[in-house]
Amino acid sequence: MPDHSEMEVLVAARDWKLASHGVALATVVKTWGSSPRPAGSHLAVRDDGFFLGSVSGGCVESAVVEEALDVMKSGHCKVLEFGVTNERAWEVGLACGGTVRIFVEPLQ
Amino acid sequence: MKTGTLEKVLADVEAKRPIVLATDLETGEQRLLRRGNGDSEFERANVERALRVDTCITTDAEGAPQVFYQPFNPPLRMILVGAVHIAQPLSAMATLTGYEVTIVDPRESFAATERFPGVALNLEWPDEALEALSLDERCAVVTLTHDPKLDDPALQVALRSDAFFIGCLGSKKTHASRLRRLEKAGFSESELARIKGPVGLPIGSRSPAEIAVSVLAQVTETLRKP
Repeated sequence: MPDHSEMEVLVAARDWKLASHGVALATVVKTWGSSPRPAGSHLAVRDDGFFLGSVSGGCVESAVVEEALDVMKSGHCKVLEFGVTNERAWEVGLACGGTVRIFVEPLQ
Repeated sequence: MKTGTLEKVLADVEAKRPIVLATDLETGEQRLLRRGNGDSEFERANVERALRVDTCITTDAEGAPQVFYQPFNPPLRMILVGAVHIAQPLSAMATLTGYEVTIVDPRESFAATERFPGVALNLEWPDEALEALSLDERCAVVTLTHDPKLDDPALQVALRSDAFFIGCLGSKKTHASRLRRLEKAGFSESELARIKGPVGLPIGSRSPAEIAVSVLAQVTETLRKP
């Protein structure tokens, strides 16, 4: 599964942690309908808001980064869902009409 | 995720050892599982399927904890037999697509670094080269020389391996005679049916780069829609 670019995201997450940054990892765990990134896609988020990788091709990244920063602080993992039926669809959602479930966890 | 778990995943990927990361989506608890590992028959089957199909699986049986299985398979490899013109765009495109490319050609004038900067070149005879590469189910083999002396020994090794893709460049006519030769060498019809020949999707390619697109498209189709 992991292509070269996916591995780069995981390596970056490890390196940030080694450099004493707070780090959270977001992973697409399930998709319904058409959604741009398959299950297993990663987004690594650093405590200064910098991120690498992609979980939706750009549609929901900013919301995921926000949640990832919370997860870093709380230390607790979280499952997010985005799609057209989501109440936040007016703010962030997938224009393609798909739904995506994303697992966000702190790197500890 | 524990940093130690991430380190182990990265080390296994580096060492080309297939592994599955199992995550309990409620608790966040994670385990690393190899083929044959797992708490139940159901879990062992999920691990096997995730690795074989190279796809993530989320269990969603009611009442049971949701578990996400993510496989980390060894890198895809593409072995090109023949350091010919079309191998230049094909090796570049395959590298971009995530394949580790090796070009096999015992002819020194063909397999010259100047023609293939940055690509692994193997100047052994194709059967020896392919034996040494230990082909597995993450490998695609494409013969490009049109020369039976080079293509056939490579195909004989590829056909005895688990390579997910075996393709041969050449016309329908040369492919028919290739199949006859391999049949004489003892390969059955069903074994020979694995060979894609003439290799590539029929998209009307003309230039070497366009032919490379059609070959890579067929390799991708075979990998993703087996």
